[in-house]
Amino acid sequence: MISGYAVYVLWLREMKRFMRAKSRIIGSLMQPLFFLAFLGLGFNKMAIPGVAPGVNYMSFLVPGILGMTLLFSSSMQGLSVLWDREFGFLKEIMVAPVGRVSIVLGRIAGGTTTTLFQGVLVLLLSLLMGFHLTHPAGLLAAFFFMVLISFTFIGFGLIFASLMKDMQGFGIIINFIIFPLFFLSGALYPLKNLPWIIRALSYADPLTYGIDGLRGVLIGVNSLPIIADFLILAGFALVMLFLGAWFFEKSESV
Amino acid sequence: MDAIRVEDLTKQFQDVTAVDHISFSVEEGELFGLLGPNGAGKTTTINMLSTLLKPTSGRAEVGGFDVARRRDDVRKSIGVVFQEPALDGKLTGRENLDFHGMMYGIKSEERRRRIDDVLTLVDLTDKAAVLVEKYSGGMKRRLEIARGLIQHPKVLFLDEPTLGLDAQTRRHIWDYVRKLNREKKVTIILTTHYMEEADYLCGRIAIMDHGKFVALDTPSRLKDVLGGDVVSLEIAGEEGAAAALEAALKALDWIKKFQRHDGVLSLTMEKGERRIPELINFAQDHGVTVDCVHLRKPSLEDVFLHFTGRTIREQEANVGERARGRMMGHGRR
Repeated sequence: MISGYAVYVLWLREMKRFMRAKSRIIGSLMQPLFFLAFLGLGFNKMAIPGVAPGVNYMSFLVPGILGMTLLFSSSMQGLSVLWDREFGFLKEIMVAPVGRVSIVLGRIAGGTTTTLFQGVLVLLLSLLMGFHLTHPAGLLAAFFFMVLISFTFIGFGLIFASLMKDMQGFGIIINFIIFPLFFLSGALYPLKNLPWIIRALSYADPLTYGIDGLRGVLIGVNSLPIIADFLILAGFALVMLFLGAWFFEKSESV
Repeated sequence: MDAIRVEDLTKQFQDVTAVDHISFSVEEGELFGLLGPNGAGKTTTINMLSTLLKPTSGRAEVGGFDVARRRDDVRKSIGVVFQEPALDGKLTGRENLDFHGMMYGIKSEERRRRIDDVLTLVDLTDKAAVLVEKYSGGMKRRLEIARGLIQHPKVLFLDEPTLGLDAQTRRHIWDYVRKLNREKKVTIILTTHYMEEADYLCGRIAIMDHGKFVALDTPSRLKDVLGGDVVSLEIAGEEGAAAALEAALKALDWIKKFQRHDGVLSLTMEKGERRIPELINFAQDHGVTVDCVHLRKPSLEDVFLHFTGRTIREQEANVGERARGRMMGHGRR
């Protein structure tokens, strides 16, 4: 049922497209860089209530911006099915004698690779900008969180891409779903500062656990136990991937 | 053996019946045309036969496999060239073909050989390393036809293969399609709303309208339904001469219909071009001079009109705009 070869081919196509879109790579790095530079430097000297003493805002922000990069990149990867449908290439994929599960896995493999590549670049850039790790082993742990965040939101993007027939709803998804997910996740400020009703919503946002986990492993500041963050996020990732694959298989390709 | 067998195939979209209980079969090696205006259900039929859409009811077999139950077997035996371009513009021509070959599980060496083959067939060998987004509309079309052949399909579906292309490119593509059918013995199902395309290429044509087949036969027999060719004789001199000739011609049993108007005698018959010398001799024998002869062969357009009561152009006044929009959206010339 699953053809490793087909998964590889779909992954390879994604790599070729990604490597050729130099402006896309640079563009996708500019946004986190601006956030880090302006928010980070602007608020660095300020005491933000809820941020642990001794942790400057820049350090607090880096895991959040990393999470943001992963959120945007991986949802776009999931939603990229829409582009393939728009440009007709989806039909070429769908008439091939390849199981639908392999097609979904190929997309996830390609999407995860490009997303992680961007995440790692953001992390490296922030190290260059003076971000301090508590422990080098944190990087490895962070990598696992990054993979789980990617899986979750690729699955999430796939769900929407399968439900939509054209690009019409694209802006709505970005503005009304992806941005709120970002703001609710506590990427920019501690969730403690939010009114309880909004905080409740935050705990329904998978990215909250991703960013809390990343903070835990990178700078040693977290509000939930790291293992809890990890397990909850892994649960979200599984459910989203399953739903994404399910919706994709259900959708008609023309 | 039949390459395609369709029984009572139907596709319902909400309240529209796009394809309405059609039945037909296509023999191996045939070049079969689906002719009809936009919205007639041609593309929906192709989409069902190529497993992209599930039939609402009825059955269809392609290459001996049921399209609803044995989708992967069907997919392995067919090649499809879609109406809208289905290429990745960010990949080169060869990479697009390579992607395709790999998806069909063709091993590396064999793949390279076949890709070189099909590139030669469509004259794109020297453009293989260029990104597809830089291709013209005609080149994209040719690349897609090449791609449909890599897996050596038993049946090739061509959905409006020349829509929006200029006359010269269209000619080229016709030649490729014919060559494929004759030399490689590929069964081809082609949809079109160009009468001359169906006429030039297809061995048999199904005329489709509102999801149903209104006629199915060879182009020449479809045209014969109209009674044959019309030969018009312009008679010199006064009206009386034409009337006299008409009266004399009634003796010939191969003339099916007579019409006389302003000294022009219009006669309906089969194989008009072979009868013209005979007609002129006949007129001379009767002392009548023919000034001018005009032969009109019935076109599929006339056939379509005959079966549906409308011309195909009336049926789709907006096709030109659609085709133009498509070129602006996807093609660069």
